[in-house]
Amino acid sequence: MGLNIIVPVKQVPDLVEELEINSEGTDLEREWLKYKMNEWDENALEEALQLKEAHGGTVTVMTLADGDVDEMLYTCIAKGADKAVKIAGDFEERLSSHALARALAEVIRGFPHDLILVGVQAADDLDGQTGVLLATYLGLPHVSVVSGIEVDPAARVATVHQEYAGGVMAIFEVDLPAVLGVQAARAVPRYAPVSRVRQAMKTASIEEVELAVPVEVGAGLTVRRMYKPEASGHAEMLEGDTDKVVEQVIEILRERGIWRA
Amino acid sequence: MPVEPERVHEKKVAIVEGVDISGHWNRMFEQRVIWDYDTSKLDQITSIAGAESLGACYQCGKCTPVCPVDHVGDYSPRKIFRKVQTGTNLLESPDLWLCTTCMNCLRVCPKEVNMINIMPAVREQAVLEGNAPTELSQAFENTFRYGNPLGEPQRKRADWTKDAGVPVPIMAQIRRPVDVLWFVECYPAYHPRGKDAARGLARIFHALGVDYGILGVEEKCSCDSQRLAGEKGLFEAFTEYNIKTFSKYQFNTLVTADPHALNAFKKEYPKYGGNYHVLHYTQFLAPLIDRIPFRKSLPYRVTFHDPCYLGRHNGEYEAPRRLLEAIPGIELTEMVRCKANGYCCGGGGGGMWLDSFSRNHMSERLSERRVREAVSTGADVLAVCCPYEISRFEDAVKSTGNEGKIIVRDIIELIDESMRG
Amino acid sequence: MAEHDIYVVAEQLEGQLSDVTFEMLGKARALAPLAGGRVVAVLLGSGVQDMATKLGVADHVLVVDDPALQHFVPERAERVLRTLLQQEQPALTMIASTSMGMDLAAALSAALDWPLVAYCNDVRLEDGRVVATSQMYGGKIAVETVSEGQHTILSIIAGVFPAAEGQSSAPATSIQTVSGDVAGAARMRFKGLSMPEAGDVDITRAPLLVSVGRGIGSKDNIELVEELAGALGAELAASRPIIDSGWLPKLRQVGKSGLTVKPKLYLAVGISGAPEHLQGMKDAELIIAINSDASAPIFEVAHYGIVGDLFDIVPALTEQIAAVRSE
Repeated sequence: MGLNIIVPVKQVPDLVEELEINSEGTDLEREWLKYKMNEWDENALEEALQLKEAHGGTVTVMTLADGDVDEMLYTCIAKGADKAVKIAGDFEERLSSHALARALAEVIRGFPHDLILVGVQAADDLDGQTGVLLATYLGLPHVSVVSGIEVDPAARVATVHQEYAGGVMAIFEVDLPAVLGVQAARAVPRYAPVSRVRQAMKTASIEEVELAVPVEVGAGLTVRRMYKPEASGHAEMLEGDTDKVVEQVIEILRERGIWRA
Repeated sequence: MPVEPERVHEKKVAIVEGVDISGHWNRMFEQRVIWDYDTSKLDQITSIAGAESLGACYQCGKCTPVCPVDHVGDYSPRKIFRKVQTGTNLLESPDLWLCTTCMNCLRVCPKEVNMINIMPAVREQAVLEGNAPTELSQAFENTFRYGNPLGEPQRKRADWTKDAGVPVPIMAQIRRPVDVLWFVECYPAYHPRGKDAARGLARIFHALGVDYGILGVEEKCSCDSQRLAGEKGLFEAFTEYNIKTFSKYQFNTLVTADPHALNAFKKEYPKYGGNYHVLHYTQFLAPLIDRIPFRKSLPYRVTFHDPCYLGRHNGEYEAPRRLLEAIPGIELTEMVRCKANGYCCGGGGGGMWLDSFSRNHMSERLSERRVREAVSTGADVLAVCCPYEISRFEDAVKSTGNEGKIIVRDIIELIDESMRG
Repeated sequence: MAEHDIYVVAEQLEGQLSDVTFEMLGKARALAPLAGGRVVAVLLGSGVQDMATKLGVADHVLVVDDPALQHFVPERAERVLRTLLQQEQPALTMIASTSMGMDLAAALSAALDWPLVAYCNDVRLEDGRVVATSQMYGGKIAVETVSEGQHTILSIIAGVFPAAEGQSSAPATSIQTVSGDVAGAARMRFKGLSMPEAGDVDITRAPLLVSVGRGIGSKDNIELVEELAGALGAELAASRPIIDSGWLPKLRQVGKSGLTVKPKLYLAVGISGAPEHLQGMKDAELIIAINSDASAPIFEVAHYGIVGDLFDIVPALTEQIAAVRSE
């Protein structure tokens, strides 16, 4: 039986680095940016691998060839993905979520798919979440913010938990094929040993798919300005060594009557 | 279990490769009784390339009293052998992660059961199977992505130089041959206390007119500890990178303040084509003692902790002591467990990134045990010369309630303090 | 046709309208004069006529009342709204940036081919065009976007606009019940709600909270923060990454997909302050933050901040607090 699971993945700027704005003020200064795989996509991949381990089948990761993506794909293979697909085409770098979803939809139609797991969001989703857009373009049912997935491959049904606020979850049964926006996998995303990644680089191959139709890049939006938000306020910073700082905190707590609580 | 008398062989005369082992001496080399029993569990481990020597253990127990982990837990190569022999799967046991590769066991083992080879070999297997503790794989991931296990941006690797008080030449900027390439390493570049020592060393080099340069942001972790913790792939990837970077520049000597980097450069890099004249900073400075401009006398009673990877692993016990003795005012006092029998701080072999894991399997941290020993000498200062040690011992001073009784300083900091007058 | 209208999709769960509904209504109300049209609230549910009257700030309320809509099912709500919006063609549609809203906003944008701006924390109208401000990259970067379309969808972050502006003492009078396209959306079925276990901690009631974030590094280190909470007599809370990793139960999560808290003291340890987290605690009376990164966004909402190593500061703080409290 088995499940054909597709996991679209993408890279986002690594927030560990300081983000700078370019000289036009409309985008990040990308020259020195470091990218890393979107952490929600990592959860989607982990969940896909867990489902494959439970039910058999294949896990295919897909990404757009819009930069240095090979290492990310090999890392996914090293973690256990069976196939990696790079989507090439005539497009600018950094597509909008809409354009990305359209490109993915076109390619995914050519692959068998029972389940599409995608990270629920990404740090640069200005025009919305790719997973939901993708589902709509494919005409598939979708549930986002999912943190509990069970699949019955024979019945072609997935039971998912959607997270609401305050620990409340809604439980849905969804017919496959479906798109699920993963918030958290059932386990912490696994580590890919470097030797596996390097081995993947030597032995695994990345399938390249050309887009048949040039992708409409836009999403009907123009970025007028990108900037670092001025802090509306700022904390009073406590200075000094550990002991001094602790002393000051105690004093603040005393002043505010916290001890009476 | 009675051993059939015929099984015990003794050759009255036996000369092997010129060595006379006649009579009862050659019993030692007879087939051991253990091989008559089911060794399949043991074979699972000894069949891993690099871990063969575990099978040589004949349970003499010389390793147990010198193993630092046994003092705070229940551990030694002998015990591991016995556990594995009786069915423990080392690949899934917490025991796999407690060894710091300090090498005190190998120093005394008559059969050369080599934990320094066994641990990384078995750990590599565990890492490949996805069974490494999370804290550790996080350090691996940080190293791979950012070039350092602390997860700090690569771009900031030379930021420490800004407050050194002296210019620090960076190879990519000066673009000329130097006498010394100083490999700074991750903790001195990023950790607050490591940076103190890095800046101090820059000032010492400056005062001595050393012709040196650093790689700055081009430098990546030497990964020796990550290798010993099971990430051989990571080590190889970064070794290739570092060797390639070294080849861009011309220098006579590679100097580092990190004994773990020293170990990688001396013992491993040649296997990958990197052959360098390598010195620890203590070895580099010791011959220059007479030129160090000491100004102030430091009336401290100092005890020195031998770093495992400078001492036992690379044979250097004297250079740090010569430096300390040269500083005016310093009185050196030795701990009982010193030099070849030094007691590990717990940072090696991946220990730096297994702290919360190890705490669950030991009565106290190795660094805490060692700090108590240091305090018992009556010393004011615990002197170190490995970047792992400074933060481990300072934390241990606090957690053992010895704040105010002893301070921890890198030898660099003491020299610098005396130089500054 | 609703060419100049601003539509607000109301959000409700189990008979309760969420605050963000009123936040959006208030903002829509403020924008309406410039838009030159009405504020229309759209409410989906079953037996929600009474609920509809609470949306009085709107000029008009469209209700789709159907047993099939008793529980929110993404596919179903989406179909109904798609037909409705296709018909009405409002200039601007506001949907909450919440778990329910996420499935709706993007789906409608793709289906109707209307531009969508996500994570909005401000909206303006300039010369008839929608200008939205959003936060990206974990809140570190703000983006101002102009919509090129005649019809725009905005995904609005909860907790940004004042809910009071959307609440009216007078009940809504212009309420119109319309039929919704509920049939045919059968690929998804609601199976129930899972509630957190009763008897567990309720961090929204705790006057003092010590909250731990990614900076803690590992599950075992949480003990340090637990000790601090114990010394203070505070309850333990956490940010999303800690909960996602399974180190603490969901009940202790503060933030957009967790709980909103307003304690007397919120001590944030190793929390960077991503917008989703700030949303859940920014109204606390006294916020003290400890983080090793001086540029962490948490310092913008905190009253007092410490840039330092939590592994040094937390134990020292615990010790001193225990000492003071025993006096």
